[in-house]
Amino acid sequence: MPGTFIDVELDDSVRGDRELAAKLEEACPVDIYASGEGVEVVEENLDECVLCELCIKAAPPGKLRVRKLYDGTALEA
Amino acid sequence: MRFYEYESRRILAREGIPLSKHGFARSAEEAKRVAAEIEGPVVIKSQVLSGGRMKAGGVKFADTPEEAEAHAREILQLEIGGHMPRGVLVDARAAIKQEYYAGVIYDGVRKRPTFVFSDMGGIDIEEVADTNPERIGRGHFSTILPHMDFRAKDVIASIGITGSELNRLTPILSKLARLFLKYDMTLAEINPLAQLEDGTFVAVDAHMDLENEARPRQRELLEELGVGDEETREAREPTEFEIRGEQIDAVDHRGVAGNVTEFDGNLGLVIGAGGGSLTLFDAVRRHGGKPANYCEIGGNPSVSKAKNLTKLVLEKPGVDKIAVMMSIVSNTRVDIVARGVIKACLELGHDPAEKIAVFRIPGAWEEEGFKILEKYGVEYYDRSVSMHEAARRAVEKVGAASDGAGPSVDEHPPATVDAGTSGEGEAP
Repeated sequence: MPGTFIDVELDDSVRGDRELAAKLEEACPVDIYASGEGVEVVEENLDECVLCELCIKAAPPGKLRVRKLYDGTALEA
Repeated sequence: MRFYEYESRRILAREGIPLSKHGFARSAEEAKRVAAEIEGPVVIKSQVLSGGRMKAGGVKFADTPEEAEAHAREILQLEIGGHMPRGVLVDARAAIKQEYYAGVIYDGVRKRPTFVFSDMGGIDIEEVADTNPERIGRGHFSTILPHMDFRAKDVIASIGITGSELNRLTPILSKLARLFLKYDMTLAEINPLAQLEDGTFVAVDAHMDLENEARPRQRELLEELGVGDEETREAREPTEFEIRGEQIDAVDHRGVAGNVTEFDGNLGLVIGAGGGSLTLFDAVRRHGGKPANYCEIGGNPSVSKAKNLTKLVLEKPGVDKIAVMMSIVSNTRVDIVARGVIKACLELGHDPAEKIAVFRIPGAWEEEGFKILEKYGVEYYDRSVSMHEAARRAVEKVGAASDGAGPSVDEHPPATVDAGTSGEGEAP
């Protein structure tokens, strides 16, 4: 479920990637990602996104997108 | 934070300022014991953090220890200004020849402490300033350079005091100045400073306020006086609304949503930034608005902190709309605050466009913030609209009439709004 202002789209091919999950968890300053069986998105923190792009840089190109729901644009690698 | 009189006296004693013989008592029995030790007529004074003690019956005179005990018993049960006394001060009733006023306050305009001295003590110094301004001596002194006694002497001499009185008063006023600096006071006053029949001087009443921000630095003094961290020492107890505000700030370390203070108006305020809160609050009042609260947000609060503060304000009974306004100087992100306040509206089932009277936060990430506000139809302003003008428009939108406490709009026309955005600075 998306936040009010921000959503994260993750390619299915990397959802189970534990290594990526750990990198995203470490990179995000507002705890949007958690690592478990794979990449987990903490929905209640989505709107805290500060658009820092650290997750975009940590993810393989084209596999993660941060969508700004208020203007329809997205941050992506 | 305020000190009780008995604490103020302990601070004076610490610094060698002479005092009338006295003792603090928490019970009527203790008061009797202190009165017996004083061996003479005494005054029993309620120890509360509010003025008007005499008028409220919180000051009584006793000639015997038994009378002192009886008065103390009454006073200890007497609520004054919403406060129950901490105890009573039993003070020797000295034969006074003349009463003086000695004080040090901080002059916010000159940004220096200033002496205030008068030979008309025992009454409010403000009253003396109104009726006999020539009987008050004033003089600033430095917070950086070493304190010199002659500065105090000049002030006392300026109202015509000479000779041995001048020589005896100078060290007292000088010590008061030194303790003002040493203990980070915002006010240190002795009123009255009494000259006894034998020509000596003693402090008969004292009032001191410590700068709140200095509490950690003055831990040793506060521990000595037994002042706990939990004691806010404000003029009144915090309301439920204010306690919830503190909790919102405390549970999330990100940014600030502090000093939440309750008022009884209909315009909720989510305001902040580098003095912006006070300016905006005053501007709302000046334009006839009735603030429902005061607060200070800044330092990049999280979305949830901004949201929770906004929800607290919106849920306050009587709040019609909120005004979200800041100065530019804090660089708090506009988009983050915009998300927080809009989310609060949505979660409470309000239309943000309806509930947010104005949004005026210029600065970091403002383009992103304005996109969010546009999506939800919220009226927003950039830096080309002054804080005063934003406040005026907020008041206009909430439809508040002047409560008569502040000047009318006509007396203080709003600042003119510059056309266009320069990109540098903001409108005055």
